[in-house]
Amino acid sequence: MADVKPRIKLDKKDVAKGGIIEVKTLVSHTMESGQRKDKDGKVIPRKILNKFTCDLNGKTIFSADIESAVSANPYFQFKIKPEETGTLTFTWIDDDGSKIQATEQIKVA
Amino acid sequence: MVRPLPLAFTALALVVLAGAPHAQDMPPGPAAKEASERPAWQAHGLKPQNPNSPFDEVVSGLYFRSKETQEMQADDFNNPGFLAVEQGEELWSKVDGAPGKSCASCHNEASTSMKGVAAAYPKWNEKLGKPINLEQRINICRSGAVKAEPWAFGSSELTAMTTYIRTQSRGMPVAVKVEGPMTPWFERGQSLYYQRNGQLDLACASCHEKNHGKYLRADFLSQGQSNGFPVYRLRDQRLVPLHERMEGCMQDVRATPFQPLSDEFLALETYVAWRGLGLPVETPAVRN
Repeated sequence: MADVKPRIKLDKKDVAKGGIIEVKTLVSHTMESGQRKDKDGKVIPRKILNKFTCDLNGKTIFSADIESAVSANPYFQFKIKPEETGTLTFTWIDDDGSKIQATEQIKVA
Repeated sequence: MVRPLPLAFTALALVVLAGAPHAQDMPPGPAAKEASERPAWQAHGLKPQNPNSPFDEVVSGLYFRSKETQEMQADDFNNPGFLAVEQGEELWSKVDGAPGKSCASCHNEASTSMKGVAAAYPKWNEKLGKPINLEQRINICRSGAVKAEPWAFGSSELTAMTTYIRTQSRGMPVAVKVEGPMTPWFERGQSLYYQRNGQLDLACASCHEKNHGKYLRADFLSQGQSNGFPVYRLRDQRLVPLHERMEGCMQDVRATPFQPLSDEFLALETYVAWRGLGLPVETPAVRN
C-alpha cells in the first residue's frame, strides 16, 4: 500500500498566535497484529504502523508510538498550539520501514 | 473448582433482582444501568409504506447501535467507510481493459449519473431473465463495455465500487420494485426468510422480526435492514457486503450458507430490501 492517501482535517488553518487547531487524521492500513494464524496454522507476520509524528517546519510537535493492539485504519484526533506559520508534516512509519506522508499548510498571525 | 460457585450465585441474584415486582424502587444496580444504555431505537421508526409490512415501524439498524457508533457514522471524516468510498472514486475513473475505458468513459460523473440508482437494486435484468444486484451490475459492465476481468465477490475493489455507487444515493429512500417478473423472486425471498435453518433451527424472522430490540446474549438484535450495506463492521475493521453478512448469519445458526451472489441470496436481498422500503440509504454505514 505505497499509494495510501491519508485523510487529514484541520478545524481551521488560520489562527492567531496562541490559538488552538484541532487535527483529525485517518489512514488506511491493515494493522496485522502478528497474533493471528492463517489457514495452515502459520503465524501471519506482524505488519503495523508503529509510529506517528506531526511536525511543524521539521520540528516534531506531536508523536505517538503505536502498538499492535491498535485496530485497522488508525484514527488520531489531537490539538496543537502552533508557534509559527508553516508546513505540518504527518508521517506514519510502517514495520517494513516504508512511510506514509501528508502535508498541510497553516498560518499563524 | 471452588471458584465458579460464587459467580453462579451472583448471576442468580441478578436474575431475581430484575424479576422482582418492585424492581424500580430498588437502588440502581448493574441491571438498571444496562437498561438505560439500551439504544432508543423506537423513537426513529418510519411508518411502513406497504400495508403488508411485518413491522409497526421500520427502523434502520443504525438506531440499534450504541451512541458512539452512531456518532462515528454521522461524521464523514470519522466514518472509516469513507476510505472505501475514496478507493471507489479512484477506481471509477481508472482505465482498465483492452478498449482503454473506465466507468467514467460511459457514465461521466458518478455524483449525477449514479444518483438514486442503487436505491432501486436488486433490479430485473431483461437480458438475463433474472434480478441482479449492484455487485453483479458492476461486473456486467466490467466484462462487457470495459472488457476487463470481473472483480471477485468480496474483493476490496468490488466492495469499494459498490460502496461508492451506493453512497451516491445516500439519504434517498430504498425503492426496490417487487412487481411483475420480480414477484416470484420476492416470494422466494419471503419463504427463505421464514424458513428455519441449521442446527439451531432459526429463521431470519426468528431474530429480526420476532425479537429485534432484545438481547441475544451480548448482541442487540436489529430488524436486519439492508439500507446501510456495504457496512463498515468494527468487528472486521473493513467493509462487509450484504451477502457476506447473510452468510455470517447462516453460519451463526450453524446452517450451510448459500453462496454469495446465488439465486437464493438474490431473492433474500430483494425481499429484505422490500422490508426496508423507504428507509434512507446510509452507505457506508458503521455497525459493530
